[in-house]
Amino acid sequence: MSCCGAPDEVVISPLRERTAIFSEQEEKLRLHARSTGDNTLQSDFLVSSMHCAGCMRKIETGLTALPFVKSARANLSTKRVSVHWNENEGRAESLVEALEGLGFSPVPFDLELQVKESNNIGRNLMFATGVAGFAAANIMLLSVSVWSGTDPETTRLFHLISGLIAVPAVAFAGQPFFRSAIASLKAGRLNMEVPISLAVLLSLGMSLYESLSGGEEAYFDAAVMLLFFLLIGRTLDHNMRERARGAISRLAKMGAKGATVLGTNGETSFVPINEITVGQHILIRAGERVPLDGVVIKGASDIDRSLVTGESKTISIASGANLESGILNLSAPIELEVTKTGDHSFLAEMINLMETAEQGKARYVRIADRLVQIYAPLVHFLALVTFIGWMVVTAGDWHQSIYVGIAVLIVTCPCALGLAVPIVHVVGAGHLFANGIMVKDGSAFERLSEIDKVVFDKTGTLTMGAPQVLENTKIAPKEQALIHALASASSHPASKAVAQFTQTKDGAIPEIQNLKEVPGFGISGIFDGKEIRLGRYDWVMEIANTKTLADNCREVCFAQAGHPASGFAIEDSLRPDALATIDALKQAGLTVEILSGDSEAPVKIAARALGIETYAHSRTPQQKIDHINQLQQQGQKILLVGDGLNDAPALAAAHVSMAPSSGSDVGKLAADIIFTTDSLKAITLARETAININRLVWQNFAIAIVYNMIAVPLAMLGFVTPLLAALAMSASSIIVIANSLRLNFLGNAAVAKPKSQDQASMPFPTVEASQ
Amino acid sequence: MSHVLFLIPIALFLGLIGLAAFYWSLKSGQYDDLEGAAQRILEDDDGPAED
Repeated sequence: MSCCGAPDEVVISPLRERTAIFSEQEEKLRLHARSTGDNTLQSDFLVSSMHCAGCMRKIETGLTALPFVKSARANLSTKRVSVHWNENEGRAESLVEALEGLGFSPVPFDLELQVKESNNIGRNLMFATGVAGFAAANIMLLSVSVWSGTDPETTRLFHLISGLIAVPAVAFAGQPFFRSAIASLKAGRLNMEVPISLAVLLSLGMSLYESLSGGEEAYFDAAVMLLFFLLIGRTLDHNMRERARGAISRLAKMGAKGATVLGTNGETSFVPINEITVGQHILIRAGERVPLDGVVIKGASDIDRSLVTGESKTISIASGANLESGILNLSAPIELEVTKTGDHSFLAEMINLMETAEQGKARYVRIADRLVQIYAPLVHFLALVTFIGWMVVTAGDWHQSIYVGIAVLIVTCPCALGLAVPIVHVVGAGHLFANGIMVKDGSAFERLSEIDKVVFDKTGTLTMGAPQVLENTKIAPKEQALIHALASASSHPASKAVAQFTQTKDGAIPEIQNLKEVPGFGISGIFDGKEIRLGRYDWVMEIANTKTLADNCREVCFAQAGHPASGFAIEDSLRPDALATIDALKQAGLTVEILSGDSEAPVKIAARALGIETYAHSRTPQQKIDHINQLQQQGQKILLVGDGLNDAPALAAAHVSMAPSSGSDVGKLAADIIFTTDSLKAITLARETAININRLVWQNFAIAIVYNMIAVPLAMLGFVTPLLAALAMSASSIIVIANSLRLNFLGNAAVAKPKSQDQASMPFPTVEASQ
Repeated sequence: MSHVLFLIPIALFLGLIGLAAFYWSLKSGQYDDLEGAAQRILEDDDGPAED
């Protein structure tokens, strides 16, 4: 697949030639752009800080002011900015700079990720709704005239006109239903669309026959109105999913689309991932993720595997170390010999495991589908009974018997039933969306409301995945500024934590000479002619004049040659509200467990701090799946909350799963629900909403069933007229919609309650909710 | 009866115009960013500056 919409050969080779001219950043940006012909490139950026009309205007005018930009359009719903620019005159980097200059932080968005088809589905659904609405309104006008009394001639004319509108309208707007019904029948199953299609087609067919043969009653309005209502539900449902999906893809950061390949003579070139072969040497700078599995052949650095294996501690590596793709390189550039190409990498392996886990998982059947398995045969049976009954009573009057039989089918068309679920899900998803929780699929609500056990991953899920200073020895004020200056020079997570902790109010930065990072040890420099070091305990103690430091403060140490040393204890901090959330889950009668890939000690600390008795550590991805499957075979319904690449297969295997938006892309792909908040409150909120949603869904079903219990006997006795059918059907649909909207009030109550108490509990290391 | 012969085609024609307008607005992407459209009216100027 090419990034630029043209065949690979044509596009990639000119890109190569330009390597000399463009910087690597520019190459990366151009890989994300798409050619729209005429030397024009379309670049899309995600600008998540865009919130209002002012921002949109600022961005649009700011970008169009650049001479090479043809047009710029901001989309607030998707938080995306689409820029068309001349590829010969301008640079993508200037676009980024311009946006940054305006105070936004753009993330290049890969157009390949965009599913264009789904957008078309949305438009088609909307247009089908429009067509059905147009037809319903016009036919209803004619029908109302007929109902208020017309002479037979006019009735006949009006019915014929109605038929002329209804037939093409149904043929067009009914397609989504017919297609789904046929697919389901082919698979030998019944779904909601089968009785819907049957009712619509039969009422249309019977009405056509009636109006052509001069009959008095026609159900054109019922057929078209049914479609109109159901299409509204469909469109809303589609928009909800689209919104969640758009928001999730919005979170996808600039992935490793290429890597810097080192040539035999030391020259570098930026090559797309799928063209790199085994044995090639690639360069990974500090702060970059490893794009392909490989062996380190040059350089030493520290790496962060938290997203890959769940280990929270950083590890020092040197030549010979094996690195999996996805690992973050922290402190120094390293050279890697590629051992596996993209298709066989660790990442690909995880995706394989994930797919297998998904297949093995017992397929969840939605409540509505389970219900229709009973409902559809029952209704069809009743219609048949009615037909036979009338045949007997009227002594073989075919016309009358079929007419009443079809009336039963029309009246029982599951319109309210079809709306019962999507409307509640749309309202619920909208409510959660406003709270930073994105639900990919409506059935996740049903599954979430059933859970009885919550299994947490530790690193990045219960914890922030970013360490914080927990304790420290006494630091002299003069040293604090020195430590801060040293720590700020490194992108190592521990350094970042120390830098944040030692931030001084005046912000004065002492001048340090010879500042350098020693991979695996720390950072050193010269101050006042004396060496200063920040880093590993034994390395720092070499120059300090103290013998020893408190045991618990040895993670990061600092000393100036000949001076006493000071130390910091660093620990991955818990997410805000973690303790409160675990307590709330326990109070709700759920059991809680930790399933982590990290080593024993940190898992134990977190478990103890949160009051979780059951925990498992050092688990491989396969062991995680096995554990989840084993619990599920015992009949437990599990919610798995995890973020890492190593959690992804287990996320796919669990009954329902949630992932924080800070997690790995694969993890987010596998999870049913994504939350963008730092706080774990999202879990309780999502569960409470899911339970409310489920309650409302059942209420809606009850309403639909009560309606049927009244309507069906009337229809079977032959009392139903088109007017009565239209009234009853729309009334039941409207009641169902009104009941669904009640979720807004229920939902608000659920959010308002915990808010008053959530500030109070800040478990072990104090964390400021960043954002 | 004779009024009806005029009125019904007129009503249908007007309805069809509405439907066509809806189709055009869908095609031209006016429903792609509903949130943005709601915000844009708060700006005094019309749209982004031309060139």
